[in-house]
Amino acid sequence: MPELPARYTREPAIEPVTPDLRERLDRIWEGGSGLRGWFGTVDHKILGIRYIITAFVFLLLGGIEALAMRVQLAGPDQTFLTPEQYNELFSMHGITMIFLYALPILSGFSIFLFPLLIGARDMAFPRLNAFSWWVFLFSGLFIYASFFAGAVPNAGWFNYPPYALKQFNPGMNMDFYALGMILLGISTTTGSINFVITFLRLRAPGMSFNRTPVILWGTTTISVGNLLAVPAVSLAFFLLWLDRQYGTHFYGVEDGGKPLLWQHLFWLFAHPWVYIIVLPAMGMVSDILPVFCRRPLVGYSLVVLATVATMILGFGVWVHHMFATGIPFLSLSYFSGASFIITIPSAVSVFAWVATIWWGRPVIKTAFLYASSFIVMFVIAGVSGVMTASVPADLQLHDTYFVLAHLHYTIVGINLFGVLAGLYFWFPKMTGRMLDERLGRIAFWCVFLGFNLAFLPMHWTGLMGMPRRIYTYPDAAGWGWLNMLTTVGSFVMAAGILLVLINVAQGRWFGRRAAPNPWDAPTLEWAVSSPPPAYNFAVQPVVAGRHPLWEGRLGGEATGRSSLDHGPVLDRGKEQLVTSMLDGEPLLVSKVAEDSLWPFFATLAMTGFFAALLYHWTWTAAALGIVTLLCGLFWNWPRASLGQVREVRDD
Amino acid sequence: MTETTHRIPDTQADLSFGRLTLGSTDARGNGWFGMAALVTTEACLFAYLLFSYYYMALHYGRDWLPPELPGFKFSIPMTALLFTSSVVVWIGERGIKQGRSAVCAIALAGGALLGIAFVALEATEWADKDFTISTDSYSSLYFTVTGFHMAHVVGGVIMLLAVALWTALGKFDAHRRDPVSIAAFYWHFVDVVWVAVFTTIYVTPHLFN
Repeated sequence: MPELPARYTREPAIEPVTPDLRERLDRIWEGGSGLRGWFGTVDHKILGIRYIITAFVFLLLGGIEALAMRVQLAGPDQTFLTPEQYNELFSMHGITMIFLYALPILSGFSIFLFPLLIGARDMAFPRLNAFSWWVFLFSGLFIYASFFAGAVPNAGWFNYPPYALKQFNPGMNMDFYALGMILLGISTTTGSINFVITFLRLRAPGMSFNRTPVILWGTTTISVGNLLAVPAVSLAFFLLWLDRQYGTHFYGVEDGGKPLLWQHLFWLFAHPWVYIIVLPAMGMVSDILPVFCRRPLVGYSLVVLATVATMILGFGVWVHHMFATGIPFLSLSYFSGASFIITIPSAVSVFAWVATIWWGRPVIKTAFLYASSFIVMFVIAGVSGVMTASVPADLQLHDTYFVLAHLHYTIVGINLFGVLAGLYFWFPKMTGRMLDERLGRIAFWCVFLGFNLAFLPMHWTGLMGMPRRIYTYPDAAGWGWLNMLTTVGSFVMAAGILLVLINVAQGRWFGRRAAPNPWDAPTLEWAVSSPPPAYNFAVQPVVAGRHPLWEGRLGGEATGRSSLDHGPVLDRGKEQLVTSMLDGEPLLVSKVAEDSLWPFFATLAMTGFFAALLYHWTWTAAALGIVTLLCGLFWNWPRASLGQVREVRDD
Repeated sequence: MTETTHRIPDTQADLSFGRLTLGSTDARGNGWFGMAALVTTEACLFAYLLFSYYYMALHYGRDWLPPELPGFKFSIPMTALLFTSSVVVWIGERGIKQGRSAVCAIALAGGALLGIAFVALEATEWADKDFTISTDSYSSLYFTVTGFHMAHVVGGVIMLLAVALWTALGKFDAHRRDPVSIAAFYWHFVDVVWVAVFTTIYVTPHLFN
């Protein structure tokens, strides 16, 4: 390759941080103001918090749907809801919690944290980051618009054909879901690309793979998982939509369709998805526990390997959702075996966390309470999971409340508890204010006791034979008192969530000011002020170990000393450093995109495109499709300020 | 817990990075890697499409295929067109690496034209079929699999045309040319996927007949 002309290279000056430098960077990185700034921002910190708020609103909506169902099920023969309303509520509860809450909330934390944890200034693709959030928001609005159209998805979150086909479900209900999911898939995919490339290319010099915080491993692993798995569900829903609207024959039994094809495509995605919505939360706990145990995580390498191994194995167990469909014996044996094996990496993480607490000196804060109870929930979820991995047991438990208990211990226990631990831990970094500990603890005990009161009895409800998705049951079944316990528990838990909200509102406006590192934590995000400046780091940090802020206390872990207040200055426009994938060696200076309205316009046009498809407005759809492409064209127009063209504008 | 700020040395004299590349240069910017990730997920999409095809084909056997198996009258010329287009696009990328914008712009536009010819031939084959997308599950899969590929060819054509335009506007030189390499990467991917689609739709029916 010919030598690079000097104008395409630069040797960054190595200087200490000065107030003058900070002032200059403030001017460079300051986002736009007003409406234009609001719609055009690409700042990962703003977008991460928006992601978290949006996902939390969906959590509340899904929670209200759940409470309505619990009122209906509190006793036998209730008439609070009609059967159709009940179908819509359990479908929307599942869709909301699994798709619109569980991953987006973790993405929100990761988007906020990724650049801060790796010593970067933004994600690899800041405009794509904004696009991911807009599309996520609009896909949620798209699916929820079904309430206004009077056609709410009603065939359950995994909506099996033939029931989900037009013949049995003629309204637009399932079309809202199908097209909304394709839209959400676009958001998930672009978000995942951003995480993977950010992880691989933007880690600070010296941050080799084995020095990377565990949450980055969790989110990057599941992002690769998303790239492999999301196309399956987007395709599944697209084929479903074709079946429903254009008379194709993928899933119907007439003319050679196969209902089981849906189940394969859906679970090929949705089982990996189960790990996708818990591994980042496990990563958060792996990073939070050591801070409150005042020691490094026990078995860092094993935990990281277990994370990756869980994701890989997660692609080989999808048929365990289909044990009751009459598939061949060999298939049952293989997938049952694989489902047992996946407990091994999970157990590795559990023992690592327990050992970290055991050998540490725990400081009991609210974040620690959530992180440590996470382990208990994880064990309960794991044990009921092993039970259902066994084919003979599963044939009994399939489609009963036992499975509901299991999946709620998984999703609430291993996702929500991790998220709340993360909220109490990183809230000071996000807002610059502390959360009130006393209220936090009261909220914790409400959530913890309410959750277990609601879902532990569900195992027994299932063993007593209560099937899923029934809108009521007769008195003679004898399930009344267990269901009453679950209903009471769910309201206690809801009260706990309400207290969390009060806690957050109180902390946001009246909380004590937070220092840069209120928990005395070891990782890079705590080296900057709370909240961080727009440019995150005034000079590029260089790290020498896994715990840059604990250096000197751990003895011999790091090679040399990390350098955080003295380093390469990148201040000719928005810039950040790109490093090599494995070892984090400096490669190039990357230009970071300015605020842009194109991601918003592209989302608007694309959502319109999907809405037009929904209503069969062919020409409108075609026009909006072209507008979407044009937005993409202007978005990607090569710019001198981004170092994409021959003209050099470098000042 | 005590509140401490980090303790780090205030001087580190040996910290030096040397000269670093600036901006999106020599296809080493983030964009090329982003495209690699997009190609990964798109490849999976086609894997799931072909999984659906084989799932049906293996369950039903010969009776599932139409009486007249898909032939090579159109599919071989289509394959030739795509392969040629890949070579042309490669020539275009090599052109810009040598600093020759005109060669690059013309070659990219030529590659796009070959892609359009491919779409036209495919549309002719579609019109030639005596079944529609709603005839049976084979016909649904035939049109969906080839249709998905066609949509990707159209996407690739749009990319090539955009990049050809930018090249013609003189935006790139031998080093600052990442969009050209990114579009070329995508175009080669669309060709490679065609090999899998071609083998599945046009070749395997004859093997298992």
